[in-house]
Amino acid sequence: MSQSYRIEGKGRIDRSKPIRFTWNGRSYQGYQGDTLASALLANGVRLVGRSFKYHRPRGIMTAGSEEPNAVVQLEEGARTEPNTRATMAELYDGLTANAQNCWPSVEFDVGALNAKLSRFFPAGFYYKTFMWPAALWEPLYEKIIRRAAGMGESPEEIDPDSYAQHFAHCDVLIAGGGPAGLSAALAAGRTGARVILADEGAEFGGSLLADTVEIAGKPAADWIAETVAELTAMPEVTLLPRTTVSAYYDHNFLTLTERVTDHMGPRADDSVPRQRFWKVRAKQTILAQGAIERPLLFADNDRPGVMLASAARTYINRYGVLPGREIVVFTGNDSAYPAALDAKAAGARVEIVDLRTDPKGPLVDHARAQGIEIHAGCGITGTRGTKALHGCDVAPLSEDGKSLADEPFSIGCDCIAVAGGWNPTVHLHSQARGKLSWDDTKQCFVPGYCQWPTRSAGAGNGTFDLAGCLDEGLKAGAAAAHEAGFGKGAAPEAPAVELSEEGPARQVWIVPSDVPLGHGKKHFHDHQNDVTAADIHLAAREGYVSVEHLKRYTTTGMGTDQGKTSNVNALAVMADIRNARIPEVGTTTFRPPYVPTTFGAIGGQNRRHLFLQERTTPMHAAHVANGAVFEDVGDWKRPWYFPRDGEDMHEAVQRECRQARETCGLLDASTLGKIDIQGPDAAWFLNMMYTNKWDTLAVGKGRYGVMLNEHGMVIDDGVTTRLAENHFHMTTTTGGAARVLGMLEEWLQTEWPERQVYCTSVTEQWAVCTITGPNAKALMADLTDDIDVDPANFPFLAYRTGTVAGAPARVYRISFTGDLAYEVNVPARHGLAVWTTILERGRKHGLVQYGTETMHVLRAEKGFIIVGQDTDGTVTPMDLGMNWIVSKKKDDFIGKRSHSRSDTAREGRKQLVGIMTEDPNVVLPEGAHLVNQPGKPPIAMEGHVTSSYMSPNVGRSIALGLIKGGRDRIGDTLHAPMMDGKTVHKVTLTEPVFFDKEGKRTNG
Amino acid sequence: MTKYSIFSLIRNALSYHENWQKAWRSPDPKPAYDVVIVGGGGHGLATAYYLAKECGITNVAVIEKGWLGGGNTGRNTTIVRSNYLWDESAALYDHAIKLWETMSQDLNYNVMFSQRGLLHLAHNVHDMQEIGRRGHAIKLNGIDSEFLSPAQVKEMVPIINLNCRYPVMGALLQRRGGTARHDAVAWGYARACDAMGVDIIQNCAVTGFEIEDGTVKAVETTRGRIGAGKVGVVTAGHSSVMAEMAGFRMPLESFPLQAFVSEPLKPVIDCVIMSNAIHAYISQSDKGELVIGGSGDPYISYSQRGSFDQVEHVAGPVLELYPVFSRVRMMRQWGGITDVTVDRSPILTKTPVGNMYFNCGWGTGGFKATPGSGHVFAHSIAKGEMHPIAAPFSMDRFNTGALIDEAAAAAVAH
Ligand SMILES: Cc1cc2nc3c(=O)[nH]c(=O)nc-3n(C[C@H](O)[C@H](O)[C@H](O)COP(=O)(O)OP(=O)(O)OC[C@H]3O[C@@H](n4cnc5c(N)ncnc54)[C@H](O)[C@@H]3O)c2cc1C
Repeated sequence: MSQSYRIEGKGRIDRSKPIRFTWNGRSYQGYQGDTLASALLANGVRLVGRSFKYHRPRGIMTAGSEEPNAVVQLEEGARTEPNTRATMAELYDGLTANAQNCWPSVEFDVGALNAKLSRFFPAGFYYKTFMWPAALWEPLYEKIIRRAAGMGESPEEIDPDSYAQHFAHCDVLIAGGGPAGLSAALAAGRTGARVILADEGAEFGGSLLADTVEIAGKPAADWIAETVAELTAMPEVTLLPRTTVSAYYDHNFLTLTERVTDHMGPRADDSVPRQRFWKVRAKQTILAQGAIERPLLFADNDRPGVMLASAARTYINRYGVLPGREIVVFTGNDSAYPAALDAKAAGARVEIVDLRTDPKGPLVDHARAQGIEIHAGCGITGTRGTKALHGCDVAPLSEDGKSLADEPFSIGCDCIAVAGGWNPTVHLHSQARGKLSWDDTKQCFVPGYCQWPTRSAGAGNGTFDLAGCLDEGLKAGAAAAHEAGFGKGAAPEAPAVELSEEGPARQVWIVPSDVPLGHGKKHFHDHQNDVTAADIHLAAREGYVSVEHLKRYTTTGMGTDQGKTSNVNALAVMADIRNARIPEVGTTTFRPPYVPTTFGAIGGQNRRHLFLQERTTPMHAAHVANGAVFEDVGDWKRPWYFPRDGEDMHEAVQRECRQARETCGLLDASTLGKIDIQGPDAAWFLNMMYTNKWDTLAVGKGRYGVMLNEHGMVIDDGVTTRLAENHFHMTTTTGGAARVLGMLEEWLQTEWPERQVYCTSVTEQWAVCTITGPNAKALMADLTDDIDVDPANFPFLAYRTGTVAGAPARVYRISFTGDLAYEVNVPARHGLAVWTTILERGRKHGLVQYGTETMHVLRAEKGFIIVGQDTDGTVTPMDLGMNWIVSKKKDDFIGKRSHSRSDTAREGRKQLVGIMTEDPNVVLPEGAHLVNQPGKPPIAMEGHVTSSYMSPNVGRSIALGLIKGGRDRIGDTLHAPMMDGKTVHKVTLTEPVFFDKEGKRTNG
Repeated sequence: MTKYSIFSLIRNALSYHENWQKAWRSPDPKPAYDVVIVGGGGHGLATAYYLAKECGITNVAVIEKGWLGGGNTGRNTTIVRSNYLWDESAALYDHAIKLWETMSQDLNYNVMFSQRGLLHLAHNVHDMQEIGRRGHAIKLNGIDSEFLSPAQVKEMVPIINLNCRYPVMGALLQRRGGTARHDAVAWGYARACDAMGVDIIQNCAVTGFEIEDGTVKAVETTRGRIGAGKVGVVTAGHSSVMAEMAGFRMPLESFPLQAFVSEPLKPVIDCVIMSNAIHAYISQSDKGELVIGGSGDPYISYSQRGSFDQVEHVAGPVLELYPVFSRVRMMRQWGGITDVTVDRSPILTKTPVGNMYFNCGWGTGGFKATPGSGHVFAHSIAKGEMHPIAAPFSMDRFNTGALIDEAAAAAVAH
């Protein structure tokens, strides 16, 4: 059975390039230019999958991205890919694919038992059962449902391929490269406009690739080739084959997915991404996506072998494959006749079942002339065959099309090509929030008004004849280019096309059968999700009549094909039930993306080390060399601690803490947020942003400030220094830097635009080395000649400029350890050199470099808070015992008003206290809660531990916490129950200062 | 109401499912009701359900401008959990979970509540402190909570990449957390309400309130005036608009929040996994789709759709935590309008207008509260006094400052 369905001499495949591929473990041959679907059909493979719910055998139904049935697991191992549409997968050498959702095989699928029981699984059956006994829902019923559901299998290995994102702007973006899209590109391109033309297919040409028509007296293929050649020569035109325009967002922002190498299969070469995700801002768009043929709803219309007539024609003409040897074309219009004629010419036995009682016109005459039998006024009332179609029953229909006018007769066939009319592909238009209107003559939705600069052309606009498509495309292209500022808007003349006149269509939305709907035979409208017309009747009967209820209750249109072939048919059934017109039933929302898009493509290159890029300080290289263990703080990598040989974290931190207090320590504080604030209103502005007074601050001096939100709660803190009358250097917490700058800007821009204040982030401009400890002064003296570092002359919170370790520096006398400390700021490019010099010169002063953990312990020994750790956005400065920092004199500052709210002003709020465990060796877990009396939960909580460490300098564990009414309960005993539900630690509340309570060490 | 069961399913199968009854009627509105509930989402319907079932008030209408459950109820990612930090929240959400546990049987409608377990991942020291604090508080509130080591996380979620940009340092697990089928919640309540005589009125928008001497007398709708003894407004993202109609302001901002699903896959993720530092959360539906969410759009809008940037903002984190999904495809994207309060806690409240009650502010995380919210709100309306569990959530807290600040504590609020 080697490609026995190939048609001699037909198709655009390259017969000189045979390709081997494997399907369900068997090896087959196809040709370059095939899709997996066409190659399977060429080899006579009909059964390609099992349906979602009933496990019915299914075949290939379409030749495009609308395919509901033929979804397969492509490849195995790291490159495996679930739910790939066989109709879109181009064949490459060695391609391997397997059927999904079946066990043990697609031929013998145990799940097919469901089909026998299908009667008990109507739409929504799961809402009505599996409720008893309640305890079995999760462990049993749901488990079975979950196993049965799902389709393909997720990869289990890391994807070896790479992906890219690409930004583009253009004047005219054209979605779809069929006759309308190509014409549009031609007209727009000739004006010199920047045009992007994208088409899903491997080749441009769209429906023309399956047509035998002539354009300007030549085969359509020649016209395509000439047009593509002309477009290729235009420097401003970008042609993107294998590219789906997947989503249309506000302001003409569209995303495109380009399958760059999928058609080549797995490759070792990683120089090109597998897929490229385009983000395009287009001045104008032209939507020329064509139309999707509608299947007909007839009894058991899902057998392998039932396919769209347009797909049958595509397989014949484009791929040179006969979809069957005995083909019944089932139609209500003329558009299927060319398929019948082509099939006949290719050697198939063809009969036509036409819903129209008196089909006429040149195409019909032609068919008759070719000896094709036409059963007029008839419908298919049933099909035969399980794993492959082998016949159908046909009967004349009554005048209203709702019942049979006579007994059915049988026709043997292995393919039914169905043609139920056409649905313009309005998805993108609809995603752009364009309106849709129902066209009664054409029996379809067509695009209406859209607020964005877009136009639809060709079949996508409801223009179904070729001449019309070419003409409309050219006009749309010229008009769009003109509106984008190119050309005069006049369209080139459309090439001549031989007109084939089409007769009127007959629409029978539900083809009756010999049994009532739902009695044994199934009229599927949604093939992937196994939804039938009877399910819609059930939904309507039960009151799920709104389109959205219908969709959700029956799952219509919720599959990977997103209802491309099912939605309008479903609306029609509902309209029939409600005795309403289709547009009165409504339309559903078309949600992006047009076809499913890989997460890989969306993520683009923002993966691994490019995902939320790490920020490092100028001294990072030294930290790495010095063996630092890093901590993630926001996006920063900060040294957490510097272990020496064999030390664990605890040992390292204890050593660093001790040495920093005994001799001196060095911390990389470069990550602290730094904001340069200038302008005549700068001091006024700081008065508003901080709780204390800033206009009184002398030049050259700094001050600690806390910042509140509108609720009066602390959200950031730091020291800000007045560099000049109208110039301040603000520092913020590391994590809060961006947020604070955002807040400053928001207030300035929205509330006080008249104020002259300019804020600039300078976080990355300065490298900061903090030197602290008893020996800090001596070390500083070794590092600088031009700054008098004696605390007597360089007081706490003052600021000096000079040269430190050979670099220009700003030195601030700020201390977060409580010891004598200097914060040396040097321009970032000097950071590494200065750090290294300090380490070297520090050796003789006993200098230790320390990380964030030691920084935390040292500050906790002094009871200094960390905003975000000891506060959580519900804490006022008063709660922290910092009443002193809240100015009583200022008229206003952010948060002031809220301090008078009754709950904020009340007694007994949670307040910052120290917490000492009875056992000095117990370090409480941060987050532990204190209770008055231990007991069984639920139990009233008094507050929680915010910071907790083993302090070598205090000689025991210490902790800070926020405790209800804490300031008045110093000395009280409370309890901390642990997560194990057993252990309880006894604790005492203390003042939140554990070390150097008198503050004598600040000045050395 | 015909009882749903395996037996009724079999019986009806024999008659080709042609004898099923309407799940709920579609009556014309009566001239007046004792209570009118505005908004046919889960919370509105649950309120009506408990008014009828527990408060003896059956002369009730639920008025919905579109289709039932078409608001956030039918758009959310269905995460149910009660591991909230503050006592007030824990009480409210755990009250809800207890009702979830029997909801399918109560309503005789399978809402597929599935306690698959819910993980909050911690990726840095700050996260560890946050889950540490919440874990302890939850435990002492008598609600289940456990800490997991990275190895235990890996055991629960074999495909997770622990060593990602912010390595997984630990996790907080609530085993009773999970997911439910959102539409079924709306439909199940509607059916049960209808059976008790509540009128469900769809495609009817409330356009104004008739207020006399500071007390509401009726609602004006696109289908005419409907008299109302009491009015409960449960309109989520449109609540500030409704408050404006009633002449006062509601401290809410409305933001679009998006969700995403992948194509259906055979089971790969069994529990719900949330991550704060790498912002994405994920679960897998019974149908097999990966259900994914992230943060809200950064601007205020009433547009029930999303912008692209959020798609990108979840794809990165998803790939970082679950790199095996690189070749899996995103199938659908949508958005809902979330009504966000400054403290990320809901508002259940009396209002300056007599006999008018509001239930809103659930923002990005109210689905989980549906039964609890409806229950306490119904009792509040019936009694004219806020139920003790609801009382702390009164709008008065924005005046007193007694906020219930879940935002401050955890930032993730779904
Ligand atoms: C994408 C997304 C993900 C989410 N994920 C979760 C999650 O995982 N877990 C969780 O707990 N929560 C989640 N939420 C939040 C949750 O969905 C909501 O908090 C909850 O569903 C709100 O229910 P509701 O009944 O109050 O509102 P809705 O369901 O929105 O119902 C309000 C109803 O009021 C109607 N209405 C409005 N105006 C009028 C009018 N004038 N007249 C009549 N009717 C009117 C609307 O049409 C609507 O049906 C998510 C939300 C979104 C958008």
